[in-house]
Amino acid sequence: MVDDILAQITENLLKGETESVVTLTGQALTAGIEPLMIINQGLLPGMEIAGEKFSRGEFFLPHLLIAAKGMQEAMALLEPELSLRQETPEVLGTVVIGTVHGDIHEIGKSLVGTLLSVKGFQVHDLGVDVPGERFVEKVKETGADILGLSALLTTTMIGQREVIEALVEAGLRDRVKVLVGGAPVSQSWAEEIGADGYAEDATGAVQVAQDLLEGKS
Amino acid sequence: MSPGILSISNPKLSLNLLTKGEIRQLHSATLEVIESVGVRFPLPEALNLLEDHGARVNRDTMVAQIPGDIIETYIAKAPPNYTLAAVNPDLDLQLDGNHSYLGTDGCGVEIIDIFSGERRRSTKQDVSDVARVADFLDEIAFHWVPLSAQDCPPESRALHELEAIWSVSEKHVQTETILGERQMQAAIEMAAILAGGKEALRKKPVLSIMQCSVSPLAHDGGSLEAGLIAAEAGLPVGFMTMASCASTGPATLAGNLVVGNAEVISVLALMQMAHPGCPVYYAAAQTSMDLRTGAYTGGGPEDFLFGAATNLLADFYNVPLSMGAFATGAKEPDWQAAVDNSFSSFMAVSTLSDMLLGAGLLHGSRIFSYEMLLMDAEIWSILHAMFKGIDVNQESLALDVIREVGPGGTFLTQRHTLEHMGHLWLPTLMDRRPYSVWEEKRDGVREWALARARQILSEEPSEPLDPELKNEFLKIIEIVEQG
Repeated sequence: MVDDILAQITENLLKGETESVVTLTGQALTAGIEPLMIINQGLLPGMEIAGEKFSRGEFFLPHLLIAAKGMQEAMALLEPELSLRQETPEVLGTVVIGTVHGDIHEIGKSLVGTLLSVKGFQVHDLGVDVPGERFVEKVKETGADILGLSALLTTTMIGQREVIEALVEAGLRDRVKVLVGGAPVSQSWAEEIGADGYAEDATGAVQVAQDLLEGKS
Repeated sequence: MSPGILSISNPKLSLNLLTKGEIRQLHSATLEVIESVGVRFPLPEALNLLEDHGARVNRDTMVAQIPGDIIETYIAKAPPNYTLAAVNPDLDLQLDGNHSYLGTDGCGVEIIDIFSGERRRSTKQDVSDVARVADFLDEIAFHWVPLSAQDCPPESRALHELEAIWSVSEKHVQTETILGERQMQAAIEMAAILAGGKEALRKKPVLSIMQCSVSPLAHDGGSLEAGLIAAEAGLPVGFMTMASCASTGPATLAGNLVVGNAEVISVLALMQMAHPGCPVYYAAAQTSMDLRTGAYTGGGPEDFLFGAATNLLADFYNVPLSMGAFATGAKEPDWQAAVDNSFSSFMAVSTLSDMLLGAGLLHGSRIFSYEMLLMDAEIWSILHAMFKGIDVNQESLALDVIREVGPGGTFLTQRHTLEHMGHLWLPTLMDRRPYSVWEEKRDGVREWALARARQILSEEPSEPLDPELKNEFLKIIEIVEQG
């Protein structure tokens, strides 16, 4: 019965049946299954399979994102239960992400955030048009390992440099790796402003984030 | 200065893509979206205007739900025809529904250096150099800001870009890089200097303004602000949707057209509420997301279909269209680039889109290549020849000369041939040499395109800007920089 319901969570996650994932997660809790078990044996295996299928080209980006949405909605149900038990799921690292001041482009940044959370990062998404000091505060508050800065306009790219300068000023630069992205951003820009990593697309960004965390770059 | 402009008009080819009924359906669905879902206008002035004209406005979300009949009433106030003026009136562009013009693309951030071949970040000098080559080419009718002048401060960068282009070319400029009030006001001042004053600028808009929407169903505050100021000054203003199937728009093509259309016509109606009768245009560069990477593709069949479909919508609303075409996702001027840019331009011209953007960029409008610019110009010259179609009349049926030559003869020595062969297309870049010549030299289109661009750049611009005007421009820019 326990295995059955967990298998169904995995299956529905892969099918993109978000509502069923949430319903089944609720049922699993009611049936007395521990939240960590639901995560580790129901949700995460689904995300892993989705990730593998995506790497093999069997899944497309929307498959992956709809699975992630199922996972996130199920987590919203599980988080209160976890804190009751004073438990936390294993986290690969902490990420603060947002689109820089003056820029309201959301989608690319959110895509990177979602894929990072799929990989097991804890992601704090500050949204769009984020002032530099807000990034600094959040990095300080969360002790983030990685800061992701998005900019979609040639005129707002400069904001990425300003945030990096603000980190230096706050004495936090050495404690956090900075990842930059967005259509006009390039490797040479990343190097010029002293960012630690750049990727052109979301899956690349996840790879760079993992490499940064493992000290590969 | 270029001797003329190669536009496409009175085309003999056309395309049946959408029926009148289907266009009506797209329109009705669009109105329903604008009225029931709404569009975000993050600028208090815009929300006030919309509310005053009957929209339901939510100040927290900044979303306006605008009744369909109001959209229809205001979009009908937009002028159907007007002129995009050039500093030199011989280079004026008639947006009369019977011309397609090609412009450069924008706004790239890197360039393949014309001498070293290395890829590097773009500067103001690059903007000027590209404008000189584009100015020289008859195929290029107007400029976009092709590259970002990244060595200039962001708060005045768009103005430096304009100054760089106007310093070397008298063709019309359509800029897509101005955001916010200060730069817009300064750009108007610069344009007014060229036109002979602010009133003259209304009759001679040497500058048109392009702003982007933020798909799905939203606008940018700075864009709205700049657009409203430009409309007040009488500069043609367009808003571009780049809604992308499966990410910023629905996965279905019709649904994506509805989302993009809702963004564009809602803001064009806003411009008409603010300044009734001001010249506006539709702009679009819709495409499909790449399902594997999430990238904006800049090519592929969906992109090409949008290229043709969007002008049917713009025609339905009786406004000109500035259509993203060319914009290949290829990394080099190669097979992919040729396929993308030939199909996309063909499709956009097949419905006679007024302005086509744009020549010269690679990798989804990020990297400028002189080779690509020259190749795109050649594609345009092929289109120009194709859309003339086949003339059928007494002279072209050529019965007399066929009789004269008879079975087994040759047309090579006929006067009829001499008189008409000038209409046959001649390449500047296609390789039609004997195989043995190619085998010996092993060169081709890329070398020739690059050599031609270098040749153009080695010559002095023939109509450089009056140094006094240039100084006035620089003064305006300086004031903006001093805040």
